[in-house]
Amino acid sequence: MKNARNFFEGTLCGFLNGFFGSGGGVVAVPVLEKENCKPNEAHATSVALILILSSVTTLFYGFSGNLDYSAARRYVPWGAAGALLGSLFLKKINAKTLRRVFGGIITLAALRILVL
Amino acid sequence: MSAVIGFLTGILASMGLGGGFILMVWLTAFEKIEQRAAQGINLLFFLPIAILSLILHLKNGLINKELVKKLAFGGIIGAIIGTYGAQLIDNQALRKLFALFLLSFGLRELFWNKSPAHENTPKTSDYPLTK
Repeated sequence: MKNARNFFEGTLCGFLNGFFGSGGGVVAVPVLEKENCKPNEAHATSVALILILSSVTTLFYGFSGNLDYSAARRYVPWGAAGALLGSLFLKKINAKTLRRVFGGIITLAALRILVL
Repeated sequence: MSAVIGFLTGILASMGLGGGFILMVWLTAFEKIEQRAAQGINLLFFLPIAILSLILHLKNGLINKELVKKLAFGGIIGAIIGTYGAQLIDNQALRKLFALFLLSFGLRELFWNKSPAHENTPKTSDYPLTK
């Protein structure tokens, strides 16, 4: 029964991540927390899971010619620097404030896309 | 500007906090890149960032490998269906659906941002046995 639920949760996470090319963590993190991961453990583990799912999706995007490598390359070095910083702090931080601020920004961005 | 966006996305993505959303919004709303192409860029961006973060998270002992295994099988099947589904609808519809997805995430982070269940459950020490 639990395996079936894990299968379904995994499928939902994979589906969203594949459909939107992002955001699998939105499902993965709460699922992992429900499975008794500590918050920072859940966040770190979600990165591992999403890496697998994104690899699969990227492969299929590649088949259909939807990949722009040069655009991605512009962001990767800076992203890597950010990831180093983020990974160093994940063990320590209380992500609550960060999440709330980020949630506000994303809500505004969503409304902008919906209206425009 | 791509430096700032990349940096912020990297921080949040490495923490599994939905960092990809920053890059997605930037690419579609400001760089005027079509939704599906932006999704491809975000995926390409995420792969090296995730590998780097993962190495550090493994060092910090934060990865629950057992759970990754349990969720990965369904996840891969879902990923194939989702990727295929995204090819079937047009960019504009995909963009609006994405905005709804963003909105639900944003509102959840703003208003239902509680710690996980086991932290909210009152500890036994909160209810002393002696009355």
